[in-house]
Amino acid sequence: MTRVRLFLALAFAIGAVTPLAAEEAPAAANPTSFPLKEPEPQRWPFAGFFGRYDQAQLQRGFQVYKEVCSNCHSLKLVAFRHLAEEGGPGFTEEQVKALAATYKVPDGPNDAGDMFERPGRPSDHFPSPFPNEQAAAAAYNGAAPPDLSLMAKARAAERGPLLTILDFFTQYQEAGPDYIHALLTGFNETPPPGLKVPDGTYYNPYFLAAPSIAMPPPLTDGQVNYADGSPQTVDQYARDVAAFLMWAAEPHLVARKRVGFEVLIFLLVFGGLMYLTKRKVWSNVAH
Amino acid sequence: MDGHSTYQPKSAAARWLESRLPVLGLVHSSFIVYPTPRNLNYWWNFGAILTFMLAAQIVTGIVLAMHYTPEATLALNSTEAIMRDVNYGWLLRYLHSNGASLFFFAVYIHIFRGLYYGSYKEPREVLWILGVIILLLMIATAFMGYVLPWGQMSFWAATVITNLFSAIPLVGRAITTWLWGGFAVDNPTLNRFYSLHYLLPFMIAGVVVLHIWALHVPGNGNPTGVPVKSKQDTVPFHPYYTVKDFFGLVVFLVLFAWVVFWIPNFMGHADNYIPANPLKTPAHIVPEWYFLPFYAILRSIPDKLLGVIALFAAIAVLVFVPWLDTSRVRSATYRPLYRQFFWIFVVVAILLGYLGSQPPEGVYVVLSRICTAYYFIHFLIILPVIGLIERPKPLPASITESVLAKVGTPAAAAAKG
Repeated sequence: MTRVRLFLALAFAIGAVTPLAAEEAPAAANPTSFPLKEPEPQRWPFAGFFGRYDQAQLQRGFQVYKEVCSNCHSLKLVAFRHLAEEGGPGFTEEQVKALAATYKVPDGPNDAGDMFERPGRPSDHFPSPFPNEQAAAAAYNGAAPPDLSLMAKARAAERGPLLTILDFFTQYQEAGPDYIHALLTGFNETPPPGLKVPDGTYYNPYFLAAPSIAMPPPLTDGQVNYADGSPQTVDQYARDVAAFLMWAAEPHLVARKRVGFEVLIFLLVFGGLMYLTKRKVWSNVAH
Repeated sequence: MDGHSTYQPKSAAARWLESRLPVLGLVHSSFIVYPTPRNLNYWWNFGAILTFMLAAQIVTGIVLAMHYTPEATLALNSTEAIMRDVNYGWLLRYLHSNGASLFFFAVYIHIFRGLYYGSYKEPREVLWILGVIILLLMIATAFMGYVLPWGQMSFWAATVITNLFSAIPLVGRAITTWLWGGFAVDNPTLNRFYSLHYLLPFMIAGVVVLHIWALHVPGNGNPTGVPVKSKQDTVPFHPYYTVKDFFGLVVFLVLFAWVVFWIPNFMGHADNYIPANPLKTPAHIVPEWYFLPFYAILRSIPDKLLGVIALFAAIAVLVFVPWLDTSRVRSATYRPLYRQFFWIFVVVAILLGYLGSQPPEGVYVVLSRICTAYYFIHFLIILPVIGLIERPKPLPASITESVLAKVGTPAAAAAKG
């Protein structure tokens, strides 16, 4: 057995040391692995075993999306009616109807064979700011702003072997919102000396793909007027819109955790009964 | 084994059916009176768990197929429509995608159990080989299923894996083009993968039937490796193992629920929520965790063709295990030397998985090569040699004897249970 223990210890030591060895001191001028900085984990109301969305936060986040992000980013997979569904931002059906009507939605062809625009309906998805990806790319130097529907699940920084194992038990699933928050608040840092930031891009050490990002800093303090008295800071905006995007990517999270809780209770009770039954059945057989 | 033909249909309807198709008798002899060693531990639960997982994957998969659209521009959106608009669609999809992960988790435990207790040894070689075929089919099925959402990782995994066939000399290119249905991974590829992803599980189910049949001819192995010698050594499958399998399954389902309801994206890769883009290669293309050890083996070899050969050999070598293991003792419980090497092999396999998730550079490459070499050395050298040089511990005379030795005297055993 000692040989096994020795080997296990060795394996773990190698596992723990290799990431350090591979992560050489980042050559400041010429980095090759991104992001340059890992996102700071935030506290999210929807994290963990009993996590659920904070309705007021989702509404604020939607406001930030609508007033700021939606100028460039689409949200194709989300329909207006989703905003009124259970477990979401909790808008009423009337509010959603009124909101949808403020959008112009392309439709057609009509009986004359023409395409036309009409006011939006709750069943419509959010219209995109550009007719197609090429148009978006053409407007922004060749870098089309990505769709945000799944952004909160489509981004995650590398966690390393130990944290990954820990994440299984702590139920960490918020790498996406952490990333969005870090990115939106990460524009103020000065690039390390020697690093060349290409024209038309902005240094952001949290960006997953490069040292700088084509998106200009989108948020400034006081830019969006909150009606509920929440702080009107970049940090708060970033937090709220990240939460909103988490909902947009995972609209049934609240139902999921609720059903899960019921399932778990059932399984534990049923499993306990099965265990007792098993003991009873086997009680007269040595095994 | 003995146990058939004891079935006496009780009702007139059962008698009517039994005289025309003796299916009730088959069920009765296979799952009710089927004599099962009395000393099976919880590692023997995974057969039942795997059967359940296969059924669960087929059921969730059939319903998902009702809502999914296998077309390159619609696949991701239809997957998302399932997540958003289909009633409990999120549950179906998370059950199915994480179900694949847990299916593999269970099958790996099942395989390692077989390796530890020598389950592949005579007379169960065919049973074992059928298991390897099931594993191969599972790998193909899971890979093609992963392609269906048509996210970035779907697309690039399909590209990497199908490209492996281009390493075959002379006909490689032609085979790859034929697999793709074109000159790159595209809509035709997605279509055929969908078709095959729907087909293969039923082939798995067929081989599972053979696997269970091949199990029921010699009967179960057991932790001592000593064959059943008398009726005393066994208990009827029902209720003893139905209840034990059920209990084990429920414990497994707790793990399943934990993953599906709280960390449904833990096993997946974030990039697969980005729509497939043939013009943009992800920074690191990694397969799902259950392929990582094989991926590490593939990448550890600098030559593409040899890498592909090593990849397939890593699975094919399992077929020969019954003959590579020269020991006459089945169970590692009585094989002190083999037991140590078994655990080293487990660690190496896990380490290979970790290395498969890391970029193929620097120290990772060196470690991958060492572990890959060890993987094959374990089967090709260690396994045959240990069997010859090892001095096994004395075996118990029978299953019953070993059980009674564990719980004490027969009287104490009867009292204690």
